[in-house]
Amino acid sequence: MQTAALDMRRTHELDVNPASGLVASCWSCRGPVAGDSIFCDTCGAVQPPAGADHFARLGLTRTFDIDASRLDQGYFDAQRRLHPDRFATRTPRERAFSQLQAVSLNEAYETLKDPIRRAEYLITLNGGEVVPEGCSLVNEQGLLVEVMERREELAEAETVAAVEALEVDATADFGRCVEALSIAFASDDLANAARLTTRMRYLSKFMQECRSRRARLGQHV
Amino acid sequence: MAQLIQIREPGEAPLAESDDAPVAVGIDLGTTNSVVAVGTGGGADVIRDENGEALVPSVVAYAADGSAVVGELARRLMLDRPEVVVGSIKRLMGRGIADLKALAGVLPYDVEPQAAGESGMVRINVAGQRLTPVEVSAEILKALRDRAEAHLGRTVGRAVVTVPAYFDDAARAATKDAARLAGLEVLRLVNEPTAAALAYGLDQGAEGLYAIYDLGGGTFDISLLRMEKGVFQVLATGGDAALGGDDFDHAVAEAFVAERTQRLGAEVLTSADVKMALMSARLAKECLSTQETGSWVIEAGGRQTAHTLSRDALEGLIEPLVARTVGICRDVLADAEIAPEQVNGVVLVGGSTRVPLVRRQVGAFFGSEPLAHIDPDEVVAVGAALQAEALTVGSETLLLDVTPLSLGIETMGGLVEKIIPRNTPIPVAKAQEFTTYQDGQTAMAIHVLQGEREMAEQCRSLARFELHGIPSMTAGAARIRVTFAVDADGLLTVSAAEQTTGIEQEVAVKPSYGLSEDEMATMLYESMAHAGEDMVRRLLAEARVEASRVRLAVGAALNADGDLLVEGEREVIEGAMAALDAAIAGEDREAIGARVEDLEKVTRAFAERRMDRGIRAALRGRGVDELAPAAPPEDEG
Repeated sequence: MQTAALDMRRTHELDVNPASGLVASCWSCRGPVAGDSIFCDTCGAVQPPAGADHFARLGLTRTFDIDASRLDQGYFDAQRRLHPDRFATRTPRERAFSQLQAVSLNEAYETLKDPIRRAEYLITLNGGEVVPEGCSLVNEQGLLVEVMERREELAEAETVAAVEALEVDATADFGRCVEALSIAFASDDLANAARLTTRMRYLSKFMQECRSRRARLGQHV
Repeated sequence: MAQLIQIREPGEAPLAESDDAPVAVGIDLGTTNSVVAVGTGGGADVIRDENGEALVPSVVAYAADGSAVVGELARRLMLDRPEVVVGSIKRLMGRGIADLKALAGVLPYDVEPQAAGESGMVRINVAGQRLTPVEVSAEILKALRDRAEAHLGRTVGRAVVTVPAYFDDAARAATKDAARLAGLEVLRLVNEPTAAALAYGLDQGAEGLYAIYDLGGGTFDISLLRMEKGVFQVLATGGDAALGGDDFDHAVAEAFVAERTQRLGAEVLTSADVKMALMSARLAKECLSTQETGSWVIEAGGRQTAHTLSRDALEGLIEPLVARTVGICRDVLADAEIAPEQVNGVVLVGGSTRVPLVRRQVGAFFGSEPLAHIDPDEVVAVGAALQAEALTVGSETLLLDVTPLSLGIETMGGLVEKIIPRNTPIPVAKAQEFTTYQDGQTAMAIHVLQGEREMAEQCRSLARFELHGIPSMTAGAARIRVTFAVDADGLLTVSAAEQTTGIEQEVAVKPSYGLSEDEMATMLYESMAHAGEDMVRRLLAEARVEASRVRLAVGAALNADGDLLVEGEREVIEGAMAALDAAIAGEDREAIGARVEDLEKVTRAFAERRMDRGIRAALRGRGVDELAPAAPPEDEG
């Protein structure tokens, strides 16, 4: 028997209620509920998640510049109402729907918390193309050369301080990318946003490598 | 405590519990000791015996007829009749025989060979009984349940049971099976450090970034949590499911045995000898937490040897183990990108944190005096009881936990493709597409793995299943979507579907080292004298919950859309509602089901009219902009 071969490196968000449209029938009181309702207005029963985008799900405006504490607040408020712990003694249907709702909230939170995933999500929402995570497809010669140079420097760094210096540099670069992304999204420049996002993926991977090298060097002391 | 009338958002409050509803307790099922506690309306009481002792040793002694004794009595029997006594069973939960061979020397268990047709779970022989760890754990849970029922004078049917955060899927599933076998419905499996954090947050008002260092008898966990305004958010967790105080005992016992061999020459030890040597070692370790030095006796084959040990020497023996826990703390902080000095406090949980060396090393790493205001042996049960109450009575607190280990499947070349990375908030569901490797391949083996390593053989195998009936296509043409879903208990369900044909297969992951459904059913059947009664009671409770939901929905619909009723319809519906109310108040589960059906029948036409009106109203709104169904309200007018 053959094991699986990897097809696409993209992971999918789970399908949400495919019938979600303008109006649906509440599974509990069988009356009408708006397609994007979380609870039935009439009988209060929790509904399966509708196809709202991650921003709407957490009560945020659709923008790259989100405030971390407002993101947390939106997430906590929604989880307080929808987490399976709130439905532990309810009917199996309600428990299942609350689980689906909580899954959607976690997916939204994880996506929006990380600037890279947030940017990629926004690009996709706006109809742009994103290189799937893990595909090492770099069209930009400049970035490729730069990445190789940084890697070389890291390989040659023999002290914790030397690694830290590289890390500080990459972190600052990452911060500049975030600022540039904010401008790119504000001016609807999706191509530039995608370029910056690819760069950030590389920087993030590089910072991870720095951390593990620093840990290795630190242990030898 | 005075009852306050609470007003909640729709859908937020658990349905009212009737007075005779079984009480929900919190249980810390430990490697060495177990504790049961019960919520008291905002706080929790640890349930103690007549001597004020909260700890029930997780030790079970079996008689030849299979009857079991749990706790202190069994622990004392360990000295005289070690062959009828079993302890530290938690270390075997969800383990296979191969896992045990990894331990050096003689095992303190008599492991039975696997019989044909049996699931991969390890079996041990105690007093001539062939037992799984699930059955032994169920005895401990039953004893805790009895203790709680005696104390409360009421039936205890539900529990929050804690597990080490680092427990894998197999060990979690085994724990849940054990509870079922003990006649307990598991409301939630809660991670031990998270339960401890809940107790600290509520009792001590701790807020900010906290590390919970939990070193028990057999397991080590470190969880990093953000605690704010009733939210307990786990940022990262790590640990070792086979590292605890038992390993300290092992190190000491091995030193004693080495000394003995030097004096007496080599000898063959039985598993009973090993159990007793471990007990002496444990006494030595405990004693050296307060004393500077002492002397202990090892007895085997009728010969006694005395062994002296100082605290310094003990620390030399266990230092590598403590260093391992600190290394794991370092990794977890790095995962969360948090520096030790950013942590507001480190909380000590588990009996092994009484060892002075542990306190010193943990304090040194985090740069602050560790907290131990709540008894480290009881804090987990207290948190579990608080959560049991939160789940049944309601609460404003929120526990947000994560998966401790990455989950994935094996792909070509024995590599692991991770589908859900570690430290992902749960519940979570992710899907990934895979394809066939050979032309005409019509079946695919799905091998589910848990762990951080890149090669499948280095990760823990959770389950294997096969997806058949893939249409014959060229290699790479089929699209197989594999979905992993982890629920709030941390338990995994995997499904696979071929996208072009829709052939689907779903497996609740019954782990390779778990019990099969058949084995579980047989055990349930055999164990139950009073189980039939339990089952009837539970089904009745479930039917009532369902019926109450229907009753509530119809009442709400009548209030909202009463104008849609035709002549005489209200009377018919209200009649059916009254009949349902009477059934809910009664004890007949089938009558409840029948009255629910009656009520659904007489409200069907009413529901259709409500839908019609809803759709018409929605379509009117849509006339404004046919293409923007999701437009926010401010854009509509």
